[in-house]
Amino acid sequence: MKHFLDITKETCPMTFVKVKLQLARMDAGEQLEVLLNEGEPLENVPRSCEEQGFKVLSNEPTDNNQHLILIQK
Amino acid sequence: MNLPANDKKDISIVCFSGEFDKMLAAYTIATGAAATNRKVTMFFTFWGLNALKKERGRKSIGKDFLSRVFNWLMGGRNNLPLSRLNFAGASPKLMSGMMKKNNVAQLDELMEAASALGIRHFACEMSMHILGVAKDDLIDDVQEVVGVATFLNESENAHIIFI
Repeated sequence: MKHFLDITKETCPMTFVKVKLQLARMDAGEQLEVLLNEGEPLENVPRSCEEQGFKVLSNEPTDNNQHLILIQK
Repeated sequence: MNLPANDKKDISIVCFSGEFDKMLAAYTIATGAAATNRKVTMFFTFWGLNALKKERGRKSIGKDFLSRVFNWLMGGRNNLPLSRLNFAGASPKLMSGMMKKNNVAQLDELMEAASALGIRHFACEMSMHILGVAKDDLIDDVQEVVGVATFLNESENAHIIFI
């Protein structure tokens, strides 16, 4: 199952807090697609996910200086 | 939370001042640290206890006249003053409005996130005794009422931040 989270309207620290809480609610093997802004969220969200042992499957730029990343729990 | 452990240094935050902006700073660091895989402990002492009271407004809790007056004057989470330019309590409301406008998390939202992230909340036994505050007067997130020795033992591998 694939979940989606838009954190482009969030600011620090709720950007990675929301991603962490969403991942905690999901089962192992499920995927989470996150839309985020360049800058701090793009630097920190993928890194903190990988530190927790989750896989960042893709990281694609979209319009308006945003990125779409796909994480597998 | 069933997330893998890690070997990052823990973060312990002493919440002493209990001012609105400083509580925001404390909870921002706490939730940011917990979300980036650090074990976080918050230790609430003196004025910091006001943020944890179940009663968010003014209530004269306490065991004697002075502590009841003190607690009424200090109030709860809704009465936390701004550390600068408080203007008799008007500024925290203005600040909340500015934060909302800019999509910055409010104190309630940060405290809910802290709870969901499993951040440990300790309350200081000594200052609760002085101020006549009982554990039942505090929100359920407070796991334990402890002394400084316990806090230090629990913070052995932590950076300690005093706010």
